[in-house]
Amino acid sequence: MSWTRFAAPQRFYPLAGRAVPWFAGLALLLGVAGLYIGLLLAPTDHQQGEAYRIIFVHVPAAWMSMVIYVAMAFWAAVGLMFNTRLASMLAVALAPTGAWMTFLALWTGALWGKPTWGTWWVWDARLTSELILLFLYIGFMSLHASIDDERRADRAAAVLALVGVVNVPIIYFSVKWWNTLHQGASVSLTKAPSMATTMLWGMLIMALAFWMYSIAVALARTRVIILERERGARWVRQLLGTA
Amino acid sequence: MNWSSLGEFLAMGGYGLYVWGSFGMCALVLAVECWGVAQRRRSLRELPLDDLDDRNDLKERPLHEA
Repeated sequence: MSWTRFAAPQRFYPLAGRAVPWFAGLALLLGVAGLYIGLLLAPTDHQQGEAYRIIFVHVPAAWMSMVIYVAMAFWAAVGLMFNTRLASMLAVALAPTGAWMTFLALWTGALWGKPTWGTWWVWDARLTSELILLFLYIGFMSLHASIDDERRADRAAAVLALVGVVNVPIIYFSVKWWNTLHQGASVSLTKAPSMATTMLWGMLIMALAFWMYSIAVALARTRVIILERERGARWVRQLLGTA
Repeated sequence: MNWSSLGEFLAMGGYGLYVWGSFGMCALVLAVECWGVAQRRRSLRELPLDDLDDRNDLKERPLHEA
């Protein structure tokens, strides 16, 4: 049995249905653990006081905003190249979650910037490229919604998603390439993290919780999209009782 | 544990507005998004009924009936 058999929406639908509660449950458990560590256990920062606790939602949201974009562009590309309906549906299902994560990264960033930098917003490279990411998500969703034929909409939106991928490394490396108010990466693969162990664990567990949440909600949305798009199919009619 | 009272916890060292504004917005967004997906699912039955299109139907018994 090959995993590609699940490229059929009819087979993917029940599979995703079984996966959603697991990912949602993990998101809840990790979220409670992460909040406990982040809000109750982690020590006060000696420079930023308690304001730094915004990191426990800001960094996970910002990471997910980029990860989801790459996943969305990947599935859009698969849909474009192999003409698989399910891949395009996954891309479309990921877009709103990515847009929300981008919004949260910007919102929590503004609330963090005010007490630490003295401003809600600056037009520097990191913040501006993250705002462009939000516009790319909104553009992807609007373009898709504006074309009636779903497969044509998939292809047009996929091209937009792929062009926009260049923005992701720009966001990530913006703090290195340009002078910016935004601090550099607190965590990287090449050097020891520049934060206390409890803070680091709190942040990583919250990031994992955001991962699990994103997978759960995107899969749940994919299931709805499958039913919307395949509503002519006999199995969907039987499922919805509209046969 | 960093906090000696609930009031101190809520005040967040004077940064309460910023910290709770961040965590609160996250909670709100996640709730709105989940509600949106559930709402979209509920309104499936109101979609216009397409003609039967069974070109892609699989011959096997679907898993959701198993």
